Amino acid sequence: MALTQATRAPATADSKLISLLLTIIVTLAVMAAGLAVSVAIALAAYALIALFLPDSKLLWAVVVMVLGVAACFGYFWSSNKLLDTFYPAKGADVAANLTKANAIRPWLFLGPAIIILGVYLVYPVINSVVLSFYGPSGENWVGGYNYNWLVHDAAFRESVRNNILWLVVVPAAATFFGLIAATLTDRIGWGNIAKSLIFMPMAISFVGASVIWKFIYDYRPAGSGQIGLLNAIVTSLGGEPQAWLTIPLWNNFFLMVVLIWIQTGFAMVILSAALRGIPEETIEAAIIDGASPFQIFYKIKVPQIWSTIAVVWTTITILVLKVFDIVIAMTNGQWGTQVLANYMFDWMFRGLDFGRASTIALVIMLMVVPIMFWNVREARKGTR
Amino acid sequence: MSTAVGTRPALTWAVHLAVLLLVVIWTIPTLGILISSFRDRDQLVVSGWWTALTSAERNIVARSAPPDEAVEENGQWVLRGNVFEEGTGSISAFGISIQRPREFEPGVIAEMRDGGTVTVEENGDYIISYPEQPEGTRGQRLFVTSLEPPKFTTANYERVLFSEGIGQSFVNTLTVTIPATVIPILIAAYAAYALSWMQFPGRALLLATIVGLIVVPLQMALIPLLRLYNDIGVGKSFIGIWLAHTGFGLPLAVYLLRNYIAGLPREIIESARVDGASDFEIFRKIILPLSFPALASFAIFQFLWVWNDLLVATVFLGNNEEQLVMTGRLRELLGSRGGDWEILTASAFVAIVVPIIVFFALQRYLVRGLLAGSVKGG
Repeated sequence: MALTQATRAPATADSKLISLLLTIIVTLAVMAAGLAVSVAIALAAYALIALFLPDSKLLWAVVVMVLGVAACFGYFWSSNKLLDTFYPAKGADVAANLTKANAIRPWLFLGPAIIILGVYLVYPVINSVVLSFYGPSGENWVGGYNYNWLVHDAAFRESVRNNILWLVVVPAAATFFGLIAATLTDRIGWGNIAKSLIFMPMAISFVGASVIWKFIYDYRPAGSGQIGLLNAIVTSLGGEPQAWLTIPLWNNFFLMVVLIWIQTGFAMVILSAALRGIPEETIEAAIIDGASPFQIFYKIKVPQIWSTIAVVWTTITILVLKVFDIVIAMTNGQWGTQVLANYMFDWMFRGLDFGRASTIALVIMLMVVPIMFWNVREARKGTR
Repeated sequence: MSTAVGTRPALTWAVHLAVLLLVVIWTIPTLGILISSFRDRDQLVVSGWWTALTSAERNIVARSAPPDEAVEENGQWVLRGNVFEEGTGSISAFGISIQRPREFEPGVIAEMRDGGTVTVEENGDYIISYPEQPEGTRGQRLFVTSLEPPKFTTANYERVLFSEGIGQSFVNTLTVTIPATVIPILIAAYAAYALSWMQFPGRALLLATIVGLIVVPLQMALIPLLRLYNDIGVGKSFIGIWLAHTGFGLPLAVYLLRNYIAGLPREIIESARVDGASDFEIFRKIILPLSFPALASFAIFQFLWVWNDLLVATVFLGNNEEQLVMTGRLRELLGSRGGDWEILTASAFVAIVVPIIVFFALQRYLVRGLLAGSVKGG
């Protein structure tokens, strides 16, 4: 089809190509100019302020913050202004100018987003694939060596095993507790307060949560007073105090508790909204038919919010694949608690082997890919 | 809600109890460090925080005044003093040898090896008396078990804020967080507007790509970006981490904001166009104010995520005083001061208090954001 068009009207095709090229050049030029103007002004302001600002870290932080944000806003403002001066919406060629400006403006709006996404997400994916075929410093080609090493590496296998444990337990437990919490809190007067409190760990950083839970797991030798809640409970029931985080295999579950504790609130909020969206009639009909509250829950409510449960589940799954902070803060992968994300970090910072670290990162990426496609499909369904 | 539960009081009570149990389990861990952070260091290490309101038992080793200082009283050479150097307490037992530190009840007169007698009263006063003038410069060691009233203090906070560097880290975290929250919002809002209300080729493809990028694991980006930063000389700087957080938060931001902005009524935008407003003006004067709820939702999301982030900060910022953020500091403390719970609990609380305030103040927007875009997962 392109061929027939070209033979029929070669002149138009050529001029189209030229005008397309021109548009691209103008777009890039305006973007670059807008960026240059805003950065230049920000730097000038920085230099000017530096002359008389007292030496206070807090003040400097504020100045740098304000200038950073201002430079960003300055780009949008100045690039749009430039475009308007280049193609003014008045004069002889108003119509032509408007068309040209309208073809360019979306790219001015999208420009920073596309560039940043390209640099920070698309390029790294490609670069990681390339790096996985290279040695430690990323300079000499080693072919499939890293992959071969990975398959035979015991620590990698341990990480995969632990990651699978995490993947099975955490999304299931968080969704389960979230569903219970959502169902129960929707029925009582002080439900909203209860929800807030269960939801609160969501605001706490993984490292903060690790400190909180490490305190609970704290271990003192038998005979002395236990200050960790778990050991205090165990000893008061007549048991022996344990160093929980060092018990192989089980310690993984003690780490998972932290993430479950954080994510239950998230699951609860989403599922609670879904539960409220269930049409009243279906529930009333079930009550009239004499269904018990448990039957209503399992046979009427849960099937109707199945898709929301899937969303919650996948969201937590993605999070679990990236779990890092909790492991590094609580055990640093010792005593058989290594996971992929922390193992990758290990090779990156302690092993200083970018090739191996990239290969491990790719494995994490590979596990996310199915969810990625599912998301894109769902999102397209939603926007159509 | 009219469910069958309302008609069965027993079940209603069960629901109340179950929710209470959940709430208790979910709040107790945080309560534990909050209470502990205000406790006295010496009490914190020997008793659980749940006993904070009861008296704590503490073992003290005191040394009496040297025998040289004994004064003559009624034919005896007597030393008087108090085992508590500071504070008060109530003695429940004392002893004079390390093997039997709780040998005597308070008030009992104990024989010492060198011939004298010693007694410790409940309030900590001790009396040592010798039949003859004693010699020596080393006092008698006294082992006492005392019950101390609960002690609460802000000393832990003063210590972490001013001498453990948490105060500086707090400023560093703020410096990272605010621009890393505002910049992606600004960039994403413009992009979302273009994706919703402007015509250009490749729009659907771009949107699908952005949705796909939401779930790309951070781990992928670390090494390539670290190399890139070193190559172009950005190194470890605040600008570098702002842009990194912007990049990682951007897909979700664009997705959330696009969903919201595309749902705004077409008539408003069309009529503004007819009135001759440019896209830039429409965006600033109509879209931005109208999308405030969505912008707030994402802002909270991003704020919590950046404030609580450890990975990106560890990779793109240095380990020095000027750049170490709070999560990094906390992790460092966990490693270097694993047993000093008075430091750890106070530091952890300083680190989580701001997100918790933001959370409770703006919970509504956070919930809305979660509902609109529960695909990223932190």
